[in-house]
Order: sequence, then C-alpha cells, then structure tokens
Amino acid sequence: MLPDESLREAERLMTVCNSCRYCEGLCAVFPAMEMRRVFAEGDLDHLANLCHSCGACHDDCQFAPPHEFAVNVPLALARVRRDSWERHAWPSALAGLFRRSPVAMAVGLSVAVGAFLLAMAGWNDAGVLFTRQAGPGAFYRLLPHDALAVLFGGAFLYAALALTIAARRFTRSVDAQMPLRADARSIVRGLRDAATLKYLDGGGVGCVDTAEEPADRRRLFHHLAFYGFLLCFAATAVATLYHYLLGREAPYPWYDVPVLLGSLGGAGLIIGPLGLMRGRRQRRAELKDESQSGMDNAFSLLLVLVSVTGLALLLARATALMGVLLAIHLGVVFTLFAMLPYSRFVHGIYRVYALVRHAREMHELG
Amino acid sequence: MARQVDVLVAGGGNAALCAAIAARRAGASVLVLEAAPRFYRGGNTRHTRNMRCAHDSATAWLTGPYTEDEFWADLLQVTKGQTDEQLARMMIDQSKPMLDWIQQQGVRFQPSLGGTLSLGRTNSFFLGGGRAMLYALYRTAAKLGVQVEYEAEVVDVDIVDDRMRSATVRRADGTTESIAAKAFVAASGGFEANLDWLKEAWGPPADNFLIRGSPYNRGSLLKVLLDKGVAATGDARQCHAVAIDARAPKFDGGIITRLDCVVFGIVVNKRARRFYDEGEDFWPKRYAIWGRLVADQPDQAAWVVFDARSLSLFMPSLYPPISAPTIPELAGRLGLDPAALAATVEQFNAACVPGAFDHTVLDDCHTAGIEPAKSHWARPIVEAPFHAYPLRPGITFTYLGVKVDRQARMRMAAGGRAENLFAAGEIMAGNVLGQGYAAGIGMTIGAVFGKIAGEGAAAHAAR
Repeated sequence: MLPDESLREAERLMTVCNSCRYCEGLCAVFPAMEMRRVFAEGDLDHLANLCHSCGACHDDCQFAPPHEFAVNVPLALARVRRDSWERHAWPSALAGLFRRSPVAMAVGLSVAVGAFLLAMAGWNDAGVLFTRQAGPGAFYRLLPHDALAVLFGGAFLYAALALTIAARRFTRSVDAQMPLRADARSIVRGLRDAATLKYLDGGGVGCVDTAEEPADRRRLFHHLAFYGFLLCFAATAVATLYHYLLGREAPYPWYDVPVLLGSLGGAGLIIGPLGLMRGRRQRRAELKDESQSGMDNAFSLLLVLVSVTGLALLLARATALMGVLLAIHLGVVFTLFAMLPYSRFVHGIYRVYALVRHAREMHELG
Repeated sequence: MARQVDVLVAGGGNAALCAAIAARRAGASVLVLEAAPRFYRGGNTRHTRNMRCAHDSATAWLTGPYTEDEFWADLLQVTKGQTDEQLARMMIDQSKPMLDWIQQQGVRFQPSLGGTLSLGRTNSFFLGGGRAMLYALYRTAAKLGVQVEYEAEVVDVDIVDDRMRSATVRRADGTTESIAAKAFVAASGGFEANLDWLKEAWGPPADNFLIRGSPYNRGSLLKVLLDKGVAATGDARQCHAVAIDARAPKFDGGIITRLDCVVFGIVVNKRARRFYDEGEDFWPKRYAIWGRLVADQPDQAAWVVFDARSLSLFMPSLYPPISAPTIPELAGRLGLDPAALAATVEQFNAACVPGAFDHTVLDDCHTAGIEPAKSHWARPIVEAPFHAYPLRPGITFTYLGVKVDRQARMRMAAGGRAENLFAAGEIMAGNVLGQGYAAGIGMTIGAVFGKIAGEGAAAHAAR
C-alpha cells in the first residue's frame, strides 16, 4: 500500500492508462509507464518528474472528468512531483518550506539579509555608504570582499550540499525497483531532452492553456528563464576568475564580459519568470495544482527580483544609491541560494535525472 | 422564419466532421448538430485509435505496404462475403488518398501502440487517440467557419417526395427548433446505447449487455429515417460485441475494460461449464466472437479462469483479477459452485496434452478427449494463486443502418434514391460490413463516406 493519497491516485491512474495507452506518442511518461506493470513509490516519482504538465493527455483522454473514471494525469503527477521534492529534501525538517507561505518568506528573508548587509556597511564606514563610489573595488569599500566571500560562498556550498543529498535520495528511490546505470548515450540524450524541453509540446501539437487552440508559450518563457539563469551564473563565474586569476576587481565596465552576460541573462530572468507566472495564472483550473502556486510564485519572484535589483545596481552604480542597491541585491541573491534546495529549482535536477534514466530504459527495455 | 443552412450534418464524430469539413471546403454553409454535450462529442470516435487505409509503401508510422487487393481480401474474409462489393471496393480505393486528406485536416499519426504490433503495417494510429483526432477535426472545422451546436439532437426530418426540407432539433432544455437545409448528412452513429431498442431485438438478455461507448448513440435519427421510408441495411441483432469485464460501467467503459486473457485459461458459464474453444486462434482474430458467445450463456455471464503462470502474459486491464489460493475458494468468490468448477478444471487439466507452450505462435499445447476442445495454449491450471475475471457482452456498435449508393446518398425502401439525404459512418456501415469486423475499418467507412457525403451535399446545395 502506497503511503499517501497523491501516490495512490497516481497508481490508480497509471493502471487505467496502462490498459489504454492511447497517449503513448505524446511524451516520455507513457512509454515509461508501459515498461512497468506495478507502480511503487519510486516508479511514480520517476513518472511524475518525467511529466512536463503540458496537458495534452488530459485533453486527449476519453476518461477525463466528467467521466466516472476521473482521469487527470497532469494534475495527479503534479502532486506526486511536488511530494517527491518534499520527501527527498535535506534536511527533512525543512521540507515544509515548500508549502509555508513561501512568497512572504522570500521577501522577508531578502529584506532581512539586505538590512543586515546595510547595517554591516554602515558599521564598517557610514560615510562611504551614502556617497558616490566608483572604479575597481568600489563594492568592497562598502562590504569587505572576504566577508562577502564567506557569506555567499557559505550559502552556495550549503545549497549545493542540500541539493546533492536530496538528489541522491531521489535517485535511490527511483532506481529501487529497476536498477540501471546511466551510460554516456543516455546522459547526452537526457540532457538534450531537458535542454530543449522536448516533452513540453503535447507530442508536437503544442500545449493547451485556456482554449481549444494550443497557445501556450511556456516553452519560450522557460527557455528565457533557464538560459537567463545560466548566463547569470556564467557572469558570476567569469567575475570570480577575473578576481582571483587576473586580480581584476568588480565593478566592471558595461562592455566587459561579466556585465554583458549578466545583463543579457538578467533580461531573460525577468521576462521568463514573469511569462511563466502569467501562464500559470491563465492555466485552466482543472490542470492546476493550487497547492504549488505559492512555491512556484516565490521562486519566479526571487528570480525576477535578483535580475531587477541586479540591473538597477548596474544602472545606478555611479550614484550615491549604489550602497543601498548593492545591499538589496545581495540580500535577494542570498535568499535565492538559501531557498534553492526547498524551491521549484529542484525540479530541474529531478527532471534531468528522470530523462536520463528514461533514455537508458528505452535503450535497454523499450 | 426558420433558420436555413446549405448543409445540415447530424452527428459529431469522425464521419460527421469529415462531411462538414468537406462540405464547407466546397463552399457550403454548414451546421453540425451533435446530440452529446461537448465533452462526450464524437460518439464512438472518442474511443477509437486507428484507421485502416490502403497504402503503397511504408511510412513514418506504417511498417509496410497494404494494397487495395489485400484490403479487399481482408474485408471479404471478415464479412464472409457479406458486403456490397462495388461500395466496398470504392471505399478501399478512396482510403488511399484519405490518408493524406485526413492529415491535411490536422489529424496526426504515430506508429502502432504497444501491444498492437499485429496492426503496425495496416492501420494508422492517431497520435493521442480518437479524442485527439476529434480535436484536430473540430479545430479545422471551426477555422473554416463550420457552426457546431452541442446537446442538439435531430429528432425529426421532414421528407417529401424523397427530398428533405428541414429537420427538427431538440435541445437539452427540451425546446425544439426546425432548421431548413438544402442537403442533409446523417452521421449520427448506431443505436447501441438505446436499451429499449436492443431489448426489442435481443429480448431479456439485452438487460445484461454493457455498452462500451457513449450513452448518446441512441439511434433516434436512424429510427426516424427508417420510419420515413429510407431503405434499411442489416438487422437489429447484428452488432460488434466483445467479452469485457463484467465490472465495467453500463456505458462508456471504452477500451480499458477489455480482457485479453481468454486464450490463456478456460472460460466457464454460471454452471461452471466450458462452452467454446478458448484457444481456437490468435486473440486479435477471435476476440470479436466472444461477445456473442457470452451473450448466449445463461444470464449472459461467464468467467475466465487461469493460473499464476499466465498473469503477466496479456495487456493489463482496468480491474484487478479475482484471486484465491485454491480453485474451490476461487469459485466461492465468483459465486460459482465450488465442486462443479473444481471438476471442470480437473477434467480440463487431465485432457491437456503436454507440449511446448509459446503464446506467440499457434503452439502444440492442446487438449485431447474433451468437448469443447482447446486447440492451442492449453496448459493445466495448477499453479496457485488462481485468478479469474468476470465477463459480460460489451456492445461496441450496431450494424442496422440506412442503405446508400456510391455517392453516400440514401436509398428509399420504395426504390430510387433520396435527392438530398446522405449518410456516413456507423449509420451506414452495414452497407460495407454485412457481418464481422476488421480493426480500424469503422473509421475508414466514416472518413471516406463522410467526405463523399459532404461533397455531394455541398454540390447539391449549390445547384
């Protein structure tokens, strides 16, 4: 007997779907289902994280509500997916963060950390805080580089550790029934399917949102958000190399690599998450798992705030506002790192693993 | 003044939409009246998954060619010659270009589904199944400007001198409206969901039939047309019926209540006696006779019984098997006489001739010295736990329909042809299928005759 209601409902539906199989050509979920006859927790975690929630199978289902079989696969798998993030989170005690008013928490933590940094800068040198600073090392006259490195390095390492442990728990659960070792081919294939969001198009027709006509732009907005995120990460990485290898200190001129990458990425990280939030709001009610909207919005909001504050800092860094903007931006960045292991961010890790595993399964058993 | 359209289409499935789209593309104004609410639109098309079309070579989704001659040979075989050769051959010829035409209307195909390998060469599977196919057709129809109304059942047709002038539509709130049209296409399916009509044809056994598809295929229009002098084809007892899980809902259980395990066990009636050769041939060639076989048993009930070794040899289905550690206990759970079932199993086991079991070929595991024999896949039922599924006849569709000519125009019982009345799909399938069935052929009939009917209706309206 499966431990909770979401898993039991997903198991019920997979039994229905496995007897039908009409949706086999739509995405990875149904071929993966067909390779199983019984569905343990790990199997359902795997299927749930393969699902991109495009909704095509729901529209194509002759047994969807109001039919008495009440089949709604995207919704059932969305619930299992959310639960899978919670069940495998580390430390387990913090898993509840996925649910507890995350938007308020994200904003609160950002403000708190920002205020702390502001106080630190003021205590360091109140005179510098509200005057114009320019040239290399301007940031560090406000907040000492080493203090920032410890604070943010620590947050980054913590997020990396928590995510690694969670991912390990998840992969163990998923692999429990059918152990398979990933090989180079399946890794390449899985990464490609993740990078292109291959399965977010309802088998090629496109995703359905409000009307009969597929007009969902989630793939575009997700690409903007994800690749924007990668560009911002690349900007930070390049800046780190500048600092330690070349001895060049931030801030950098607007035409330099970190600023260009960061600005481009930041634009994506504003348009992308906003588009995704709008898409979620417009999504048909029967496909929406309302229990996730807080978590989803908190994550999208943090990404937007990181970019907006970052770009504001870039524009106003030559003015006396720079100190305050820097503190706010860093407060948001810190919050993003701290919340990463308990946010929607984890879906990317679980999804990539599920897609790699699926590529392997298809090669081995399909 | 009454509303007027060029072409009025009754129905909302594959045949109706093909007719509507073809008529609209030919320039006619088209109104589609679908009796079902929006979710249930499309009748049995909702439950379909493929169509059988002739083709010259393999495609991205078909594994090889399927010639017109082979198609004709298959049709001849399943109908045992009970088909209108001229109509059937015309349909087969038209099925070839249909594969392209239907894709131009937005329908997309995929390779055959898991567990349907035997159809991979002949049948084109809809990506996402029948409901996805309907979405594509409705989307295209809407773009072209076809009007569609749901919960709008055609309950009367005004026919004078073999010519239709108007039709009466009844809506969900009980109000009726008369709509005038220059031409009319009846594509409203069979009457399999009309329990009274089934009972008229079958007597009391009909009470125990399950209807596999939509509860909206009530045949109201079919009845009106036959009453008003349109010629009939087939008789009311002809239907496509398979043995499905007895626990399925009365209506609309669809494909997931089917059971593919008959060949692996024995099938007994309520007296715990076997009544037919379970291993006569491969299941895809035999499943369609089992509805009738079960319908002929007392209370229209039967049970398939097999042992632990066979449990994972067939496609999973919706309900779990009923299981027990011994045959008498299993009989108790099924409501059968334990001693009688034990005796039947014992007798069967003793008659099994040892052989090399192989469910992928017609193997040499058969019985000797019992009636009825089991010709293949006969293994003693000995390994606990023992499993069973209860069976009932499940009606997929009925064959009684209106007679048509090559233009899909209805023929009149008194002789001659109707001037502006056309029919397509299940309501006229009996013209091609006198009996029997080959997978996916219903969709071919619907699409080919739908397109012909739509074009014919538009041409008539333009005169």
